[in-house]
Amino acid sequence: MLSYVVKRVLQMIPTLFGVSLLCFVIIHSVPGDPAHLIAGVDATDEQVQSVKEQLGLDRPLLEQYFSYVSHLLRGDLGESLQSERPVLQEIMTRFPNTILLTVFSVAIMVVVGLFAGILSATKPNSIRDNVTMMFSLFGISMPVFWFGTMLILLFSYYWPLLPSGGSSGFRHFILPSVVLGLSSSGVLARLTRSSILEVIHQDFIRTARAKGVKERIVIYKHTLKNALIPIITIIGLEFGTLLGGAVLTETVFSMNGLGRFIIQSIQFRDYPAVQGCILFVATIFVVVNLVVDLCYSAVDPRIRYE
Amino acid sequence: MSKTSILLMSREAGEAVYQRRSPWTLMIQRFKKNKRAIVGLWMVVIFVFVAVFARWLAPYDPIEQNMQSILNAPSLSHPFGTDEYGRDILSRVIYGAQISLMVGVVGVLISIVLGVALGTVAGYFGGKADLLIMRVMDVFMAFPSFLLALAIVSVLGPGMVNVMIAIGIFSVPTFARISRGSVMSVNGKEYIEAAKSMGSGHIRIIFKHVIPNSIAPIIVLSSMRIATAILTASGLSFLGMGAQPPTPELGAMLSSGRDYLRSDPYVSTIPGLAIMFMVLAFNMLGDGIRDALDPKMKL
Repeated sequence: MLSYVVKRVLQMIPTLFGVSLLCFVIIHSVPGDPAHLIAGVDATDEQVQSVKEQLGLDRPLLEQYFSYVSHLLRGDLGESLQSERPVLQEIMTRFPNTILLTVFSVAIMVVVGLFAGILSATKPNSIRDNVTMMFSLFGISMPVFWFGTMLILLFSYYWPLLPSGGSSGFRHFILPSVVLGLSSSGVLARLTRSSILEVIHQDFIRTARAKGVKERIVIYKHTLKNALIPIITIIGLEFGTLLGGAVLTETVFSMNGLGRFIIQSIQFRDYPAVQGCILFVATIFVVVNLVVDLCYSAVDPRIRYE
Repeated sequence: MSKTSILLMSREAGEAVYQRRSPWTLMIQRFKKNKRAIVGLWMVVIFVFVAVFARWLAPYDPIEQNMQSILNAPSLSHPFGTDEYGRDILSRVIYGAQISLMVGVVGVLISIVLGVALGTVAGYFGGKADLLIMRVMDVFMAFPSFLLALAIVSVLGPGMVNVMIAIGIFSVPTFARISRGSVMSVNGKEYIEAAKSMGSGHIRIIFKHVIPNSIAPIIVLSSMRIATAILTASGLSFLGMGAQPPTPELGAMLSSGRDYLRSDPYVSTIPGLAIMFMVLAFNMLGDGIRDALDPKMKL
């Protein structure tokens, strides 16, 4: 197991290297001269030149990339052009809000999604199944920014129970987490349903029922346990979607998180910050997927890592 | 009854049996039985109709401002009301549907062409080409998809064409991965071996045998990705990265309507509903096609 973990961590390195290269290429494909953008519209040629020298933009591209990577390895993501503070510091002050939002949303997604999926799968093609699956489809199809706006309208304006924006206390996280959690629970409910239906017709379930095991135990112990692998995979993938989706939700609820910072940085053309944030989120996503992979063997002891 | 007519009848019966057994007929039969899929198909047809005939269906000009009728509530003359510039929301939603549909379809077409090309080369040739292509795709997959689209648009600049390109690129890895898997499952089949032994070239085998036989999952994925593309494009416009004013884009309309949420909630509610029903239609259609083609398909 340990050797597998080491192997997987080592395998992550080329992916992260590729991610850094892609970030670098994306930011360096900005049409026009980035130094011009940074120095401002009415900057003199000398000012532009000094920005170039300061940021090393006058050096060959390959050299720039290597210097960028060497800074990255030392945890240096550059300096934000808006605040002139290190990008990593800017990220770290906002990241706790985003990660809290993501964790709350994942919790809501798992509870609602699993419950809805089990509800559907245990009585396939019934009214219950059809209604649940229709709700899941709505969840998948609903734009989060619209759902968020509607919840603000209902629970902040018409029925003032919760704040419409901000991120200073637990109450501020309720609406955004419900928005993200419920809209992604649709994907999980559909997948849970299909994974359970695949398992429920197998022989060992029939044996369990023939032995007289209670239906509740058949579902939760025998069926769900064997249907967990695809479910865990989708939870890992949704974690990334939620991190990305946080951009929209944080904007709707004016939260001081990483997603909103990315938007502000894009609007300000703060390229070091945009580059740093995207790299940061992608790295977390890669790590989460590794953790998901490692969870497989815990869930299914038949999976052995050699 | 003469011998010939009996022969003819049995031939017709044989043909009927044959027709019934053709995979496409079976698929259509299965599709017709699925009520949700039929509803989805009709919704898509209606949206396409509205989008194509927007010029004739929209009661007003979607861009022309009318300062005499600012923020009017829904009424007979303006069924969905008017926005902060006095523009008719119904007309703007009709044109908005046209834009969303176009972005969805063009974006997905870009990703089909690129994704299927890369996936087919990776799956058919294998080896180093496969390794290289799939490694690059893995890197793209390392980004949460909305963030990747956002990053691409932030570089290209706002505008609907750039949104289409961003959406085209962000779906490429998904199409490449699915088409690679599908091509690999076809690759070992006897008819490919037969074509090879008869001296067919790679290009001919790929276009005549590999792609036609591995296209089913791509069809299913396309319908679902159009739904995702519409959602993503409206999200980008909502953030101000997509369509620019006064373009009647649904996400942008919702965003500007939020300023009047308390007093005139319909300004942002209606465009959101329009996005949701469009996405719902394509998701229902996609589900239906998947269940009809192969219910066990993992998409």
